[in-house]
Amino acid sequence: MEKLIFEYHSQSTAYVPGSETAARKKYIPAEYLAAEELVLPQAAEQDVIRHFTALSRLNFSVDTGFYPLGSCTMKYNPKVNESVADLDGLAGIHPYAPEDCVQGALALIYELEGFLKEVSGFAGMTLQPAAGAHGEITGILLIKAYHQQHHPEQKRTVILVPDTAHGTNPASAALAGYQVRQVKSDSQGDIDLEDLRQNLGPDVAALMLTNPNTLGLFEKNILEVSRLVHDNGALLYGDGANFNALLGLVKPAELGFDIMHFNLHKTFSTPHGGGGPGAGAVGTNNELIPFLPIPRVNKKGNKYSWDYQQKDSIGKVRSCYGNFLIAVRAYAYFLALGAEGIAKVGRQSILNANYLMHKLENYFPRPYPRLCMHEFVMTPHHDWEVSTLDIAKRIIDYGFHPPTIYFPLIVHEAMMIEPTETETKETMDAFAAALVRIAAEASREPELLKKAPQNSPVGRIDEARAGRQLILKYEKRRDAR
Amino acid sequence: MVPKELKYSKSHEWVKQEGNNVVIGITDYAQEELGDIVFVELPKIGRQLKQQESFGVAESVKAVSDLFSPVSGKVVAINETVGKQPELVNKEPYTGGWMIKVEIAAAGELTGLMSAEAYEKLINEGSK
Repeated sequence: MEKLIFEYHSQSTAYVPGSETAARKKYIPAEYLAAEELVLPQAAEQDVIRHFTALSRLNFSVDTGFYPLGSCTMKYNPKVNESVADLDGLAGIHPYAPEDCVQGALALIYELEGFLKEVSGFAGMTLQPAAGAHGEITGILLIKAYHQQHHPEQKRTVILVPDTAHGTNPASAALAGYQVRQVKSDSQGDIDLEDLRQNLGPDVAALMLTNPNTLGLFEKNILEVSRLVHDNGALLYGDGANFNALLGLVKPAELGFDIMHFNLHKTFSTPHGGGGPGAGAVGTNNELIPFLPIPRVNKKGNKYSWDYQQKDSIGKVRSCYGNFLIAVRAYAYFLALGAEGIAKVGRQSILNANYLMHKLENYFPRPYPRLCMHEFVMTPHHDWEVSTLDIAKRIIDYGFHPPTIYFPLIVHEAMMIEPTETETKETMDAFAAALVRIAAEASREPELLKKAPQNSPVGRIDEARAGRQLILKYEKRRDAR
Repeated sequence: MVPKELKYSKSHEWVKQEGNNVVIGITDYAQEELGDIVFVELPKIGRQLKQQESFGVAESVKAVSDLFSPVSGKVVAINETVGKQPELVNKEPYTGGWMIKVEIAAAGELTGLMSAEAYEKLINEGSK
């Protein structure tokens, strides 16, 4: 295991902070000076390079292996996107450059909004939110602004969220000041229409729905759900985290969604790296356009400009215009695939998931045995003496990233697998073969799973202790040397 | 493990009556389902709770779950030890792992809660 950067020492090359103390004391009043010297790493430059190179080799990413993390759409991030985002004319521009100097960048934003409108069927689009959950809160604020303007006398204080929803949905609703009410799923894994009817009332502002839902199933009553919600005067919000399954097949606006966020880092192939930067574009129907964040990019003739004059806008949700270079990557993805390629994405992702599901269905039970969309949920056998966590850890030993586990919450010991359309049949076959072997181990040699992983840089981590005794920063142990 | 003398909610909280107050915690079944609990967030003393309102959050290695108050009333005490040692909820869900004490606003709500027998039936159906 690689040691911490703080644990590198070199007498000969160490930089000693504090050597300019005299100068600091001269210019900075004493009460603003730290009482103690900062503990900073003392590594030689060469060791810094070796340290971070060693860490990078311990990393697992879509570029090193199969990463079937359900609901995260860990598809291949085309390297051509990186080259495009690295062009001087895009990477080197300033956000406050005069419009005349950055017409190309404005055109790119305008056109990407157009591409996203085309595949989703929405009339309005913003690229400003910096991540999926940020798109959610933006969308909920749009819903709030809509209700306040159209019928200020109504008190719509509740947002409905199904029990299969991503945890970010209730969190976004709560952050926007709404109360959250949960709607149950039925025995088929769809939203329970009867429970939805019970929960819809004059206090409901919107239903947040993911389709396909997190069980990997297409909400087959979506048109009825949409009708019920709209008859109630509420809006239908779509969580676009699973939009990959629909890309090129279904336009969410045509299903009745009024508003939806799109994770460019999922469906549109931009990197998930390091937790960001991401982009959570938000599409809306016509009626919600006046509330979209400013500035909006306008086109008159061949000239693009920023429009800040939208009196009903919810304002800015992020500095400047969002993560522009992520938009550049998504734009490159659209152009590389073209209309013909984009039309195949959803289809292929569904085919891949069903292929993998079919190869595994005799070995792992499925709570909702239907055809799946772009992902599927399965569980360990009841008579195995291992948990889903044990299986996930054993998968690491076979060189693959584990799937999403213990989600969705309504499935006991869930494993959620999403291969994406960019994996080959051979890769999926290899993964399936590993899982079939793990199934055999689970019934015959459960200890192998309980002790896993064995082939990784660190073994089983005590997650509970890590959660209970958080150590978030390095603290020098004076007695250690 | 479902103590006979307690009352239960569908969302897996237990309630113990002590005069005008009730003690609330989560059941052994709930802690087992959540797995190792790493963080418990409790309300401020004095907060008014409605029945079924969320009074806090339990975070485990698997999931983050809301805690729901089975009764309406005012929070008169919280178990601060659980804040520092969340593992108490796993080890002693019915004793050291209690969470809040509430001064009951509507005594009638208590009769609507489940008996130990009814709760036991619920969890046996749920874990099929």
